[in-house]
Amino acid sequence: MRVGLFIPCYVDQFYPGAAVATLQLLEKLGVDVVYPANQTCCGQPMANSGFEHLTHGCNELFIKNFAEFDYVVAPSGSCVLHVRDHLHDEHQEDKAKDIRGKVYELTSFLTDVLKVKSLPAKFPHKVGMHQSCHGQRGLHISSMSELVAPSYSKPGSLLNMVEGIEVIPLNRIDECCGFGGTFCVAEEAVSVKMGKDRVDDHLEHGAEYITGVDMSCLMHMEGILKRQGSKVKVLHIAEILNGVNY
Amino acid sequence: MIQEGKDHAELADIFNKDENRVDWHDETLWFIRAKRDKSVHQLPEWEDLREAASQIKHNVLSDLSNYLVQFEANAKANGITVHWAADAAEHNRIVHGLIKEQGVVQMVKSKSMLTEECGLNEYLAEHGVEVIDSDLGERIVQLAKEPPSHIVLPCIHKKKEEIGDLFHTYLGTPAGLADPQMLTEAARIHLRDTFLTRKVALTGVNFAIAETGEFVVCTNEGNADMGAHLADVHIACMGIEKLIPERKHLGIFLRLLTRSATGQPITTYSSHFSKPREGQQMHLVLVDNGRTVQLGREDFRNSLKCIRCGACMNTCPVYRRSGGHSYHTAVAGPIGSILAPNLDMKKYADLPFASTLCGSCTNVCPVKIDIHDQLYKWRQVLVKEGYAPTVKKVGMQVMTWTLNSPTVYHAAGKMGRWVLKYAPFAVNNGLNPWYKQRDMPEPPKESFGEWYKKNRK
Repeated sequence: MRVGLFIPCYVDQFYPGAAVATLQLLEKLGVDVVYPANQTCCGQPMANSGFEHLTHGCNELFIKNFAEFDYVVAPSGSCVLHVRDHLHDEHQEDKAKDIRGKVYELTSFLTDVLKVKSLPAKFPHKVGMHQSCHGQRGLHISSMSELVAPSYSKPGSLLNMVEGIEVIPLNRIDECCGFGGTFCVAEEAVSVKMGKDRVDDHLEHGAEYITGVDMSCLMHMEGILKRQGSKVKVLHIAEILNGVNY
Repeated sequence: MIQEGKDHAELADIFNKDENRVDWHDETLWFIRAKRDKSVHQLPEWEDLREAASQIKHNVLSDLSNYLVQFEANAKANGITVHWAADAAEHNRIVHGLIKEQGVVQMVKSKSMLTEECGLNEYLAEHGVEVIDSDLGERIVQLAKEPPSHIVLPCIHKKKEEIGDLFHTYLGTPAGLADPQMLTEAARIHLRDTFLTRKVALTGVNFAIAETGEFVVCTNEGNADMGAHLADVHIACMGIEKLIPERKHLGIFLRLLTRSATGQPITTYSSHFSKPREGQQMHLVLVDNGRTVQLGREDFRNSLKCIRCGACMNTCPVYRRSGGHSYHTAVAGPIGSILAPNLDMKKYADLPFASTLCGSCTNVCPVKIDIHDQLYKWRQVLVKEGYAPTVKKVGMQVMTWTLNSPTVYHAAGKMGRWVLKYAPFAVNNGLNPWYKQRDMPEPPKESFGEWYKKNRK
């Protein structure tokens, strides 16, 4: 099984630690994983701003970089959802379709494809799990509080394999943090207020770390935590699952 | 108090100046969302009900013209006078005409978001007709000279103390009285007089049944019934999408409506009107006002399934923290943001962007409208139609140019990280909306791509 590692652009530039953890974790689990060097971005920032018609170049590049692999895996629910829903190329639609079917968010790749049952990781801390909306409501990696349906969580089941971890409860288990791509600057007031409220919920329940499958939500909450002078840190779930000791 | 010319982000920014109030607004609506959750989780068949309702509405929309003809024929046979209005102006003219015929200058009106959409109160005021809204929440915002901020809970943005002040000024309650029970009693006495003296009563319509020509009006206060039963003329106004095929379908919608809206198992009053009582006139005004245009937009057609429960507003984290008035349209929140651009793209170009696309609205919608997907699709339409601000357009073009080329992307990334490290003042300033209330990420010494090149292969 050959896996193409898709690292979202802002993770590549600002959170290489999350990317390294993803790579190491997959390697540790015996996956033949390759990072195509010429990747840039999935095109979501343009598409969600209403400029999907400008994403042709990104789509073409994405297909060029990832068509050859059995699976494409990324440490992000949001970017994966974008690829699943919107990767098209009129000149090679068959390839686009193939990629849409084989692109996975990291935790669901671990639970659904690799069927991971245990992880050699230890993290003796109180951790708040942020449900990033696109992974949850878009990719269904966790059940949703609005629906009358059985409850489950793919990332949650992985965190439970980590020794010593205490996942804290939250008042609002799956409310949006307010990042929302360009929303975070276009609607600055509401975005920040949503982020503050989300962070408060984690702080109220004694979180030492906030984790999740999307670094974008975590970057937003980190910006707020830092501004408040809080000692609470954000960590991508790959960093916890990879067993790095903090 | 809609401030002319300001967009959602600007109005939301003003709303957020008072953080305690935002917290209060958010908690109040979240409480209703939680009540909704509790109530729907008691029904194991909930998701099937949603699917059934969605499919019934799908059927209605796919054959709307025939259902409308059937409904009109049956309503007429029942003795109801049916009027057709192509737009808001025609609707207002028809209603005014009916009032004029009676030689009166006053009317009592129960809740109707359609009349808000059409600006009926303002139109009638200009023509010398005084309208008293009989829904308590609507009466409150009417006294405050404000539009409703929520389609089900029109005065949800007002604290009880503020309502006490309004009642003190207009209804003569003691100064400082804020007890909800006592204020409600005061409103009841005030409205009782209105009900007894009005010859014309207007109501909205929640469901109209093609099979029987009857219509159903849901209220918690019984105010629609009070108005309609005591008046000589009952005018009911409805959007043409309010139809359901048969009476038996009503059971599905009534079970969904109030559970979604407030968490109640059913509305207090679900009143069926099928024919005028002896000596009474009953008029139905069927209004298009852009609905057939929306019906023609394949991507947005589903929005016409809406039964106006307001669940998408209660769950929307943006609505809860920006308030209904920030949407500057009659129907606020997520559903309003996909309905309004159909009426006026230029005026409402901001609304589809007032969302993080979190998808919670779609999940609570009792008729399964794909609200957040439609928000995404409206964004594409609005940009293509030329309603994107120039700054954004240029920004997106630069971003595209950067991301289309790995070389440019790598150089730009390096430069960005360099700036953050060595010239943070260039981004950590008041011109950067991110930095206003959030710190920028710590720039790492190398990108993952650079790390990978050194450590693998």
